Amino acid sequence: MKAKKWYPYVLLIPTLVIIILFIYYPAVDAFKTSLYRNSVFGNRVHYVGLKNFIALFHDPEYISTLRTTFIYTIFTVSFTILASFLISLPLSENKKRIKIYRTLIFLPYAVSPAIAGTLWSFLLDPLVGQVNYVFLKVFGLQIKWLISTPYALYSIIFASVWKIMPFDVIFYIASIQSVPSELLESAKIDGANAFTRTWKIIFPLVSPITFYLIIMNLVSVMFSSFAIIDVMTKGGPGTYTNTMIYKLYLDAFTNHRTGFASAQSVVMFVLMAIVTILYFKFGQKQVHYE
Amino acid sequence: MNNEVKRVKKQSMSTSKKRIINGTLKEIVLIVVSFIFIMPILLGLIMSIQPQSAIFSFPPKFYPVGFNWHNYEKAIQTVNFGRLTLNSLIMAVTITAGKVVTGVLAGYAFANFTFKGKGFLFSFLFATLFLPAETVMIVPLFKIMKQFGWVNTYWALTIPFMASATNTFLMRQHFKTIPKSLEEAAMIDGAGPMTYFVKILLPISKPMISGMVIINFVYAWNLYLWPLITTMDDNMKTVQIGINMLMAADTARNWGVIMAGTMIALAPTIIVFLALQNLFVSSLVRSGMKG
Repeated sequence: MKAKKWYPYVLLIPTLVIIILFIYYPAVDAFKTSLYRNSVFGNRVHYVGLKNFIALFHDPEYISTLRTTFIYTIFTVSFTILASFLISLPLSENKKRIKIYRTLIFLPYAVSPAIAGTLWSFLLDPLVGQVNYVFLKVFGLQIKWLISTPYALYSIIFASVWKIMPFDVIFYIASIQSVPSELLESAKIDGANAFTRTWKIIFPLVSPITFYLIIMNLVSVMFSSFAIIDVMTKGGPGTYTNTMIYKLYLDAFTNHRTGFASAQSVVMFVLMAIVTILYFKFGQKQVHYE
Repeated sequence: MNNEVKRVKKQSMSTSKKRIINGTLKEIVLIVVSFIFIMPILLGLIMSIQPQSAIFSFPPKFYPVGFNWHNYEKAIQTVNFGRLTLNSLIMAVTITAGKVVTGVLAGYAFANFTFKGKGFLFSFLFATLFLPAETVMIVPLFKIMKQFGWVNTYWALTIPFMASATNTFLMRQHFKTIPKSLEEAAMIDGAGPMTYFVKILLPISKPMISGMVIINFVYAWNLYLWPLITTMDDNMKTVQIGINMLMAADTARNWGVIMAGTMIALAPTIIVFLALQNLFVSSLVRSGMKG
């Protein structure tokens, strides 16, 4: 387009100012602060080099936080992806009745993580919770879900899967519907059964979306899960359900260990940088939609 | 010959029978799964209108035994939900407006112009795609808010989130799909880039922009961690935090009241979603399936 040279720059200014001021500048600051230690009382700070990081990875509590985050993420993401794919197969049919099921299943997308946590705390309540009651009647399990190991973690996983799944289902339905029907018809004529058609044709064809969803789910589980945990377990019992983001919050705003918290920010930053690089390296190449 | 016909008939009957069984099975699975997904909201709603006597009764009720607004009155008495809803609304509307405006402008720059440093600026922006500042950067971001004197104000709740790589990317992709000939025709008619943008590009992008508006609104309404740490005053908190305040206020865990508060916080996004489901779903899918 023929325009004055400065034109596109002016259009970009608002976005760039905000990104620099509220993402890049804080990121640099987190790196810097992670090299300092502040005294608990007062504002004295002194340079300690990488000592915060060394202390971090020697802290058994942080190691257990990493483990919890890992287990929680792996279970939540893999279950969500698999269940979403399977339920999306029948949901991809274009019938009127199916659309009603879709609406019901999509609905938790609009629910906030905090509300997801509240609803599931209620459903798992030992006295008034209906889900707890079903577990009691069917399996004879008498559990204080939110305050006992390992059930506190299960509770968080229930709420997270329920919250994240609709997002995945929305994407899977769209991509399953874009699988050419001639392909499935001809496979059927060649004698491929439903199982083969699902796993040998549909699943490989939607793999770019699976990749995209794994990354998006990873981000949600790592960060948005904060609200679910804060509402349901507050990291408890003890530190059992402390995830990386929850521990970061506690160290920064409850324990006031700024340097230590910044070191944790940097660790998360690096993890997300790896995810971003993976996404741009493999995701872009694979995604062949539109 | 006769046997052959019988055999074929038998075979086709068994496949059609199989199809019916499969169909029924599918239907049952769908009904069960839909029920699981809607159940938490439904049971929460039932709990919120339950009379006092039914709230703590065991076994728990799966249906309402009466109807009253008592829990809602109590929730509003305990936590100022009117004010909190207003705060959430101010925050969500401002963030949405900011994000959409900055996204549309930056998307236009990347889609329709060639300029020095474009490649660099593009990477510079998209490196932040998976870096939610409201979580990873809470420590330094909070420090900046203190320096600006923004803690406990609407500025802290809104300004840092007024731009994002996602929105810019979405608008760039969208503008790229609009035929160049339209732009050329406008130029021949003497329209400058601003006129073309305002008079032609924006009006034909209305569905895309409305989709972006609702996705951003739901995102902003549902923010939790950032409002939690930047607001100290109870009058500055948002409805998401309000639910937690409600839970903390009542150690006996009166779930009737808590669920009433939850329904208040839940209603706006659920209503928006139900009213605009198709737009929602299509925009969301477009935001992810980018070429």
